[in-house]
Amino acid sequence: MSDEEPAEIIQTLPLDAWHRQRGARMVEFAGYYMPIQYDGIVAEHLWTRAHAGLFDVSHMGQLLVSGDAVDIELEKLLPGDLIGLGVDKMRYSLLLDENGGILDDLMATRRTGDFYLVVNGATKADDIAHLHEYLPEELTLNHLDEQALLALQGPEAVTALARLIPGVEALVFMTAGAFDLDGVPLWISRSGYTGEDGFEISVPAESAEFLADRLTAQPEVKPIGLGARDSLRLEAGLPLYGHDLDTRSDPAMAGLGFAVPKRRRAEGGFPGAVTICRHFAEGPPARRIGLSLSGRLPAREGAQIYADDVLVGIVTSGGFSPSLQQPIAMGYVSAAHAATGTALQIDVRGKRLEAVVVPMPFVPHRYVRKGA
Amino acid sequence: MTLYFTDEHEWISVEGGSATVGITDYAQAALGDIVFVELPASGATLSKGGEAAVVESVKAASDVYAPVTGTVTEANPALEEDPALVNSAPETDGWFFKLTLADPAELEGLMDAEEYKAFVATL
Repeated sequence: MSDEEPAEIIQTLPLDAWHRQRGARMVEFAGYYMPIQYDGIVAEHLWTRAHAGLFDVSHMGQLLVSGDAVDIELEKLLPGDLIGLGVDKMRYSLLLDENGGILDDLMATRRTGDFYLVVNGATKADDIAHLHEYLPEELTLNHLDEQALLALQGPEAVTALARLIPGVEALVFMTAGAFDLDGVPLWISRSGYTGEDGFEISVPAESAEFLADRLTAQPEVKPIGLGARDSLRLEAGLPLYGHDLDTRSDPAMAGLGFAVPKRRRAEGGFPGAVTICRHFAEGPPARRIGLSLSGRLPAREGAQIYADDVLVGIVTSGGFSPSLQQPIAMGYVSAAHAATGTALQIDVRGKRLEAVVVPMPFVPHRYVRKGA
Repeated sequence: MTLYFTDEHEWISVEGGSATVGITDYAQAALGDIVFVELPASGATLSKGGEAAVVESVKAASDVYAPVTGTVTEANPALEEDPALVNSAPETDGWFFKLTLADPAELEGLMDAEEYKAFVATL
């Protein structure tokens, strides 16, 4: 594991020059220069929904944990079913504090001999420290900081990727495997953060440009910036750590029941289990909800949510949905106001916008599942 | 008709005692896809440097400040239906509002087209 740079130094990622050559507007994000957009957020967003978009998510932390009983030890930190997870299968999971608050969300894949974790870029240093502190010393934790991570997302992603790497089409949602392209070793999962079918590809940093070039040479593929990544995941109803998830929310409040299966709720044995299990059993005090807004004015993170004159919650992500051509938002409201169909108001600069609680995703997921 | 520019990337087209205000092509490109423009009401009094309008792009909300002091006479009704006019025609059909100038002397500190072009080149 490398020493962390001082916070004020903005680092570059393996594809920095590649993005700049293609006209990306670069901004600081999670301590790195990242492409916020190429042609424009709406065009990139709609391209991804119709074709395939290539996202550079190399700022995310890629970790390997290995050693005896690694699944049993990880279950002491994560509330998911990792013991029952088959080889080359992945799960969405959460790092929790002792109160059940969410420290980070992550993807965990069981591979032959280890677990591969992908954690958020802004939290990876804290996550690594947390894992070092709480995992037994006998386990080995490797930070794969010489690996880049690319995501290829959209309905044509499988066509484009299978043309280069035959066999990837056999993967289904939330499964993964080892592949290679002209001798470059790739770890590929069928997963993503847009609600579309797609893949996430771990590639050695020195081969990241080679892979990005090969992918964007496919007619289905265009590079996409972080701006569209955010609008796509919001439409997909997927929470963003640091905005929709933090230590003030727990898995029950955040509506992430699928990340805490029945066995774990019954047995506990993970941080904050008492609080979290009570919230699942009795209902949490507040819930993460989706909001559909009237009109065209978006409500942003931090906007207050009212039921008539009573403050009942706060927006944690909000924007204008390019697919639906209307403003949508995600937020937390007290449980009494969280039912689908509840009419609420959102304060934006003193205006009260009419909103209604709707189920998420806002735009249907199109994952390719087993047997589909 | 005389055209002025501010370092906040607004343009002001002045004819006699009235002015039309909008944002520049540079500004619209920096903001990205614009989905909503909140404009001042007709009759509102704006003071130079004060908040005049809010532009909502897909990504974020940005304030637009009044380049001069004056009273709003008209807000562009076309932007309500088609806020993307600010992207496609920022310096023509995508104008924001018209106002009556309170103090034409305030125009003196503003840039002309050549000066603004040189200013943008330094950014």
